[in-house]
Amino acid sequence: MNAGGEVVLDLQKVSLSFGGVKALTEISFDVREREIRAIIGPNGAGKSSMLNVINGVYRPQQGEIVLRGQRFTRMTPYKAARAGMSRTFQNIALFRGMSVLDNIMAGRNLRIASNLFQQAIWWGPARREELAHRERVEQIIDFLEIQHVRKTPVGRLPYGLQKRVDLGRALAMEPSILLLDEPMAGMNVEEKQDMCRFILDVNDQLGTTIVLIEHDMGVVMDISDRVVVLDYGRKIGDGIPDDVRANPEVISAYLGATH
Amino acid sequence: MLYRENGQFKTTYAADQQTFPIAQDRWAILAILAFAFLGVPLFVDEYLLRAILIPFLILSLAALGVNILVGYCGQITLGAGAFMAVGAYAAYNFHIRIEGLPLLLTLLFGGVAAALVGIVFGIPSLRVRGLYLAVATLAAQFLTDWVFLRVPWFTNYSSSGSVSVANLQILGWQIAEPIDKYLFCLSWLTVFALLAKNMTRCAAGRQWMAIRDMDVAAEVIGIRPMVAKLSAFAVSSFFVGIAGALWGFVHLASWEPAAFSVDRSFQLLFMVIIGGLGSIMGSFFGAAFIVVLPIALNQFLPALGRLLGVTVSTAGVAHAELIVFGVLIVFFLIKEPHGLARLWSTGKEKLRLWPFPH
Ligand SMILES: Nc1ncnc2c1ncn2[C@@H]1O[C@H](COP(=O)(O)OP(=O)(O)OP(=O)(O)O)[C@@H](O)[C@H]1O
Ligand SMILES: [Mg+2]
Repeated sequence: MNAGGEVVLDLQKVSLSFGGVKALTEISFDVREREIRAIIGPNGAGKSSMLNVINGVYRPQQGEIVLRGQRFTRMTPYKAARAGMSRTFQNIALFRGMSVLDNIMAGRNLRIASNLFQQAIWWGPARREELAHRERVEQIIDFLEIQHVRKTPVGRLPYGLQKRVDLGRALAMEPSILLLDEPMAGMNVEEKQDMCRFILDVNDQLGTTIVLIEHDMGVVMDISDRVVVLDYGRKIGDGIPDDVRANPEVISAYLGATH
Repeated sequence: MLYRENGQFKTTYAADQQTFPIAQDRWAILAILAFAFLGVPLFVDEYLLRAILIPFLILSLAALGVNILVGYCGQITLGAGAFMAVGAYAAYNFHIRIEGLPLLLTLLFGGVAAALVGIVFGIPSLRVRGLYLAVATLAAQFLTDWVFLRVPWFTNYSSSGSVSVANLQILGWQIAEPIDKYLFCLSWLTVFALLAKNMTRCAAGRQWMAIRDMDVAAEVIGIRPMVAKLSAFAVSSFFVGIAGALWGFVHLASWEPAAFSVDRSFQLLFMVIIGGLGSIMGSFFGAAFIVVLPIALNQFLPALGRLLGVTVSTAGVAHAELIVFGVLIVFFLIKEPHGLARLWSTGKEKLRLWPFPH
């Protein structure tokens, strides 16, 4: 595990509310190069909101995001993607009408250089590029072990496979920072193990920084380098797994919450 | 020969990325094209050409355009008739105002004009969707209806309000006889169907479908909704505009704004719903269905009426047509949103695995 890298992502006093509901209150934490950073907390704690703020799906009322030294007060999903962030969703957000292959190919979007006209006539650059991306995508398909369903519309896949395709699409962007919102939710033990392996491999082999939301404490404590704990939109703990586990506030939040 | 891909092992991704990766599909398309270009001219009569084949070809082209926008990009439009009108009138103005402009360019410019207008009317799609967008595109329809009726410049101050073109030719080929018109329209459709097929299976098509299926996720992977939506409006209107220009120049030869009324917009939308949203093939099915159905009903209903001892008036047939469309639309929207094309591909899929369904 590698917790000693430079800070790549720094969140500063982020506050977000929906009408009267305060989803996040002055949250600050940082993420270091190549680490696996977990965000945990009871239901409704604001974890997904945090992730949505990081890549600009939600716009916080206050606070800033510093990404590799660059300060963003108004992050947008597009800017985040350009800056090398990709993510998966808690409620799988795949393109249901498209095949597995097309979903993952779509993840290559920012690397497409040919224009519409070249694509229309399937000429030179468009064709070469499509093939090059296809090779890359096939590697991801092999890595995630979903070769057998590559031409299947994702809507027809079982839940566990859809989660993998969601990860595949995010990986196709070749992100430097990968945000995962409960990648193992609703999976059985075996599927969870597979998913853990994929996440660790990505982190290890590609050096991708990972921000991970997860409910399964065993998994979190096992694979993450550092953990942030949220409760009712506030940060109540931050540190390496052992410290967090020993933190009395965290213990009471978890015991107090219905779990 | 059996229809299947078993045994056609693709050793390269290039082979799998062809326009038609399954060999039987390639042969079928070639056979259909050969038949359409060489076989059909041998036996068709003028009625078949004028009443069925030429309208079918042109409306297929328009339906392809509408399908790109509605089926692939998920943006509803009730303004297809308007973009046909823009294509037709723009081409007309290029035709009369630029001496000696080749016909090919005239029609293409008509399409470009429609694309530009399409982009303008696509702007509301960045803010609204569904019903509201439908209303915004309907505005395009009413605006063009009004403009081409009331602004005499567009009709070259024709006193009757109708315009006409004559003497169509390309490099000495006179497009005068119905069979020439048929071949001319068929060529356009062939080329544009290929372009559509290529676009929809490349990056552009994936962008459109991503926006259609889940726009937040699309943005997260770096697709800009504005680029994707407006490019769909532009390409769609380009296709529809050229279809409009062909409809005016080749099919009608002389026309008035009523040729591109809101009825046409609805008809095109029905075509892609019945034919199959998000399917190139579906655009053809839909167009064929909508062109042939009225003619079939015209033959069939009076005959049925005679059998039952009632007379069926022409108006009655027209009403029956609307009722049949209505029922079919409801059926397809509820039961099979992918239209006739899905029934077709389900059949193909079964065939591909036959005789071992699992
Ligand atoms: N789009 C939204 N509109 C209104 N309220 C929202 C929205 N998104 C989140 N919230 C509210 O913000 C709070 C935090 O929600 P969030 O989804 O971030 O929690 P979470 O920690 O991810 O919970 P879970 O473990 O259930 O996924 C909740 O009270 C939720 O109702
Ligand atoms: Mg959540």
